[in-house]
Amino acid sequence: MNSLVIVPVVLPAIIGAILIFFARFQKVQRVISAITMISLLIVSIWLAIEVYNNGIMTIALGDWEAPYGIPLVADMFATVMLLLSAIVGVCCLFFAFRTIHPSREKFYFYPFYFFLLVGVNGSFLTGDLFNLFVFFEVMLIASYILIVHGGSGYQLRESFKYVVINIFSSMFFLAGIAYLYAATGTLNIADLGVRVAELGQDGVLNVVAVVLLFVFAMKGALFPLYFWLPDSYTGPPAAIAALFGGLLTKVGIYAIIRMFTVVFNHDPTFTHNLILFVAGATMFFGVLGAVAQFNFKRILSYHIISQVGYMVMGLGIFTPLAVAGAIYYIVHHIIVKTALFLFAGISEKITGTNELKQMGGLLKTHPAFAWLFFITAISLAGIPPLSGFFSKFPLILSGMQEERYLITAVSLIVGLLTLYSMIKIFSYAFWGRQKHTEAQAKIKTGSLLVSIAPLVVLTIALGLFAEPIFSYSLEIAEELLEPSVYIESVLEE
Amino acid sequence: MELLMSIVVGVFFMVGTYLLMTRSLIRIVIGVNILSHATHLLLLTMAGLKTGAPPLLNRGEEAFTDPLPQALILTAIVISFGVTAFTIVLAYRTYKVHRTDDLEQLRGSRE
Repeated sequence: MNSLVIVPVVLPAIIGAILIFFARFQKVQRVISAITMISLLIVSIWLAIEVYNNGIMTIALGDWEAPYGIPLVADMFATVMLLLSAIVGVCCLFFAFRTIHPSREKFYFYPFYFFLLVGVNGSFLTGDLFNLFVFFEVMLIASYILIVHGGSGYQLRESFKYVVINIFSSMFFLAGIAYLYAATGTLNIADLGVRVAELGQDGVLNVVAVVLLFVFAMKGALFPLYFWLPDSYTGPPAAIAALFGGLLTKVGIYAIIRMFTVVFNHDPTFTHNLILFVAGATMFFGVLGAVAQFNFKRILSYHIISQVGYMVMGLGIFTPLAVAGAIYYIVHHIIVKTALFLFAGISEKITGTNELKQMGGLLKTHPAFAWLFFITAISLAGIPPLSGFFSKFPLILSGMQEERYLITAVSLIVGLLTLYSMIKIFSYAFWGRQKHTEAQAKIKTGSLLVSIAPLVVLTIALGLFAEPIFSYSLEIAEELLEPSVYIESVLEE
Repeated sequence: MELLMSIVVGVFFMVGTYLLMTRSLIRIVIGVNILSHATHLLLLTMAGLKTGAPPLLNRGEEAFTDPLPQALILTAIVISFGVTAFTIVLAYRTYKVHRTDDLEQLRGSRE
């Protein structure tokens, strides 16, 4: 049964390699990738149920036992992330079928789509720090290619920065691994948890913790390392931007949460207060960027930054309620942000631009699109009964309980500014005088909306069924804050 | 030996960082490459240099060298080869499209 854990990593890798041979046959590529993506979704659901019922599943690759070999570990947190990556993968893939340009489609779009998922799923599942680096690289190389895919001048210029920044941070990751190996003599995450507890988290290990925080903060676009994100996420087509906006930064956040709950949890007054400060600054400066912009995709990109701050804030407060809030927020954010980027793709397809000042009157010509967007937008801003409210509420509640008033105040202000900038999009793009031509007004969006509709339904469902989902994330949080369960199930196997 | 290696790593990091700050695309690619070599050396040095026999069992040896860092570096080198190849192609394409390799001149319009 445990071999189920390896499927989300191996399946996309094999299919990605097979798809390379069918690069010239669009129909075949589409059929194969659709079947694979849906089976990945089924496997993820199955794995999530299996882990929920029977506890953590581990598999030792090559049958080398835990501290020596490389384990794949599926705990509840990892399976939830896997499930989200599969949902996002399905929606973006079906959106890509309708929107991706044939010239891009023929140049290995689908293979790299699946290689990206290999990296993402592998990062969620791995139980070894060096293996995390390898999966990060798999994911990053696929993302470099997808972000420059199509090769327009803008894409080339911005992705060069993206590539260099990410290589730089990967080198720092490797340096952090070197220091950690020198200090503890192991790289297995569970074993690291034991060794760091034995050694005591003093000066040296705090330095390593900060180096790793720096690295993951770069990947996760935290303050002050978010400058690369808005430019590089504006370039590629909507299906790719949505996949990136939904998933990629969250891999960095996942790694931060994993490392700072299992390994570096012994000196929270230093590390977690640092994280809390970073979270506050990330939220605030991210949303300021969003308020200042007048470009649809750039506003959404800046929102990624500000909302990543909320997730890290949950980790920084470091109580079960706060961490549960962070997990709820990750779930909510991945779904909503993917949907919003796909909506940006639709509006670009209709009006041919992303500049809000050149748009207007979409509500009249495309009412279904406009109302679906409206639901998602107010969900992002945190209006109850939608998921955005229930994901912010536990964070703010726990901030109050722990008497962290400053960060709570910042998060409330950021919520208001988020609402303001979403309203700005709505009033410029959907209200007002119609600025697109009659021919553009007749463009059908029905088939595109079908691929986004599941995400909108999910954000409503996450709000309406907040109680079971919140108790699920509370269970995940308790599991995270009790790392001995994770450590034992890896080392005992 | 460790001290000498540390100094070499430091110099590599310095050179790499200097090249990363320049304006020419190809220099940045070289800088990234040198940085990655510095990191590989750091990984080797931090894990401890050769302290015993090769890690082969049943030969009557008592102390063995840790083989893990070398395996890690091998993986890291392969990855950095791939990434370097990609950055070189990317820099070349950027030069072909924009007709310049100067980052200052690459700034500007959205399109």
